Amino acid sequence: MEMWVNFGPQHPFTHGLWRLKVKVEGETVVDVEPTIGYLHRGVEKLAEKRSWVKFIPYNDRLCYVASMGWTEGYVGAVERLMGVEPPERALYLRTITSELQRIASHFVWLGAYSIDLGNFTALLFAVREREFILDSLSRLTGHRMTYNYPRFGGVARDAPNGWVERTIRYLNRIERKMNDFVNLMLDNETFLKRVQGVGILKKSVAKEWGVTGPVARGSGLKVDVRYNDPYLLYEEIGFEPVVEKDCDCFARYMVRIREIYESITIARELLMRLPEGDVMAKRVPRVPPPGEIYYRVEVPRGEAGYYIVSDGKDVPYRVKIRSPAYVHIQATKAMMPGCNVADLPAILGSLDVCLGDTDR
Amino acid sequence: MILDLYRIAEAIRASHPDLEFDVKEGERRVVFKVKAEKLHNFIKFLRDEVGRDFLSTVTAVDYSDRMEVVYILGSYSDGFIFVVKTEVDRENPEVESVVDLFPTANFHEREVYDMFGVRFRNHPNLRRLLLPDDFEGHPLRKDYEWW
Repeated sequence: MEMWVNFGPQHPFTHGLWRLKVKVEGETVVDVEPTIGYLHRGVEKLAEKRSWVKFIPYNDRLCYVASMGWTEGYVGAVERLMGVEPPERALYLRTITSELQRIASHFVWLGAYSIDLGNFTALLFAVREREFILDSLSRLTGHRMTYNYPRFGGVARDAPNGWVERTIRYLNRIERKMNDFVNLMLDNETFLKRVQGVGILKKSVAKEWGVTGPVARGSGLKVDVRYNDPYLLYEEIGFEPVVEKDCDCFARYMVRIREIYESITIARELLMRLPEGDVMAKRVPRVPPPGEIYYRVEVPRGEAGYYIVSDGKDVPYRVKIRSPAYVHIQATKAMMPGCNVADLPAILGSLDVCLGDTDR
Repeated sequence: MILDLYRIAEAIRASHPDLEFDVKEGERRVVFKVKAEKLHNFIKFLRDEVGRDFLSTVTAVDYSDRMEVVYILGSYSDGFIFVVKTEVDRENPEVESVVDLFPTANFHEREVYDMFGVRFRNHPNLRRLLLPDDFEGHPLRKDYEWW
């Protein structure tokens, strides 16, 4: 007998406020129907009522565990409309903070995923290490989570005395400690049985569903905005994306774990050669000239896109935000049919959805 | 790279005579304008012949006197973005759905319907997405009264 079961809107496995209607036949999932919109705040409409600068903090709140990446997307898009080039030190600081943010965001995912699959210890380890990143960012920006740090033509504040050395020390510590709790998961037979071969998303299907970020890279697609369409300093440092070929939850898990190591390497290398100089461009207009742009950045979850139309007035004419998690929630339709009900948390967790930017 | 993009755009125009395009140098972007009735075929052409196998998003912009539906097409193997725009009638906006080409367009088109009232022909499930089903009006249209 087939029947529909609701996962959510309030359910520990949904990682936010959304609903997954699951059609089950016994223990087997036949079809799923994701429903979103419970967290809709009308950010795109709010943008049309705020001046260009005042809209920056809203981007921080799109995804509260990856604020820096989203703000970078909006600020970068408007900078290109304005034709403003930030000074080199600001570019370095923005690249470093983007990578630090990626490490912090992946730790949140790692903690949440471990607890989904019944490993409470790894959650505590991950959250402890994340606190070092948040400490470093709060010393730089004054906030633990919603930073409001990138600005048109630079960054809000220069790094305080001793910040660089302290952050390098933190990164070294995190890299050392990572080995402990990654092995805690990888040596765990129960964990491996729950993720290996589960939630298969084949390469061709992944392309049709438009997935990006770690989910696409776990399906063997070499796609990363930092690599395909480089921004900030990623072209200069010769960035190479992490790719795994297995297409299952374990591949997506390994992509994120390897990305944490990669981000640590990038951030540390850039911190070591952080140049001196200004952190703000000399002349920044208040309003961009009329025009439109599609600009994209790689946030920890995938490709974040901003389609911005300016009519030369003091408020944006239209801001369209393309969210990666929005697309991944849809892709559950391709991954879930055929799996067991007990596999649903493992698959959902491996997508790392964030409802703040999905519903906007 | 920039030269390549020009050559690709010219080659596309050779097979689509009344096409308008604008190459944005250095930004790796080309903007195409097509007629609404040719849109579906054009996107199919871009997917099959030009390798635009990644539909990033679908959106719309209300210009008060006209409305544009915008398709952002990328690729899984390079960094070029093709922006395809089509103008629709503002009073009775309607365009062919591309869900049969890209399943990912499903949510994106529902959101455009939700926010702008653009109807997509042959869409499998054209209901409101983010707003409640009994919501009145389409809030991202410029004539929407929000107070």
